[in-house]
Amino acid sequence: MKQRIIIILFALLSTVPALAQNQPEMADIMRSNGKIYVVVAVCLTILIGLFLYLIYLDTKISKLEKQNNRNE
Amino acid sequence: MDVPRLFILNETIRNLYFHVCMWFAMMILFIVSLVYSIKYLRTGSIQQDISASQFAAVGVLMGLLGYITGAIWANYTWVTDQGQSLAAVLKEPKLIGAAIALLIYGAYFVLRGSFTDIDKRARVSAVYNIFAFSMLFPSIWIIPRLVGSLHPGSPGSDSGNPALNYNDIDSRLRLVFYPAIIGWTLLGVWIATLRIRLNQIADKELIK
Repeated sequence: MKQRIIIILFALLSTVPALAQNQPEMADIMRSNGKIYVVVAVCLTILIGLFLYLIYLDTKISKLEKQNNRNE
Repeated sequence: MDVPRLFILNETIRNLYFHVCMWFAMMILFIVSLVYSIKYLRTGSIQQDISASQFAAVGVLMGLLGYITGAIWANYTWVTDQGQSLAAVLKEPKLIGAAIALLIYGAYFVLRGSFTDIDKRARVSAVYNIFAFSMLFPSIWIIPRLVGSLHPGSPGSDSGNPALNYNDIDSRLRLVFYPAIIGWTLLGVWIATLRIRLNQIADKELIK
């Protein structure tokens, strides 16, 4: 299992320099493949934003639960 | 799903399903909030006031997400790939208008927080909510369409609402876009109802 994870990690990491090799400019990944990574970034922003908000909501609910338990 | 092949935009046209839907969800949630505020003023029940404030809160969340995603999108289409200077982007009427609209709604929560008397808070903030909604008209619907702008929907791009104009949006996009609006809006409604239920439990004594 551990080995497999290491292999996957290695495979992922080895693709990064392969992408950068042909291009002189840096930070080009967002403009590669028809800028699809911009869409990925937008998607992730929304997901992370919603998740953070829901976690905040969860803490609020836990606080209320504790308060209710104390009252009983 | 295939999308129209456009220069500069490239695949980022798919952000239509995310960035634009955020704003649609925000507008719909604000409309719901407005309806509850009017209902509060008619009935005077705190229940309606809770609903109004929570729908507005989730609307602001959607607006903020729309703003951030818009900034990312603009960075790769306006700033770098159209060679626009940052100064030109910051003068963008759509951006300024949306910022003003969100700040007006931000003031709604400041106003709510500043009252200790619950009935007074509900009444004043219901009236303020109607004002805040009416300010959406000039700030995000009218002014950006009157003045030149990089954003779609301005006079430069020769269209009305870029998302709903039948000449502007491709039918392949519409197939995903309309369900996406409904989906994101329902997600917002769900979060709002969670918050409403939470506040109903918190203020159980007040509602009775």
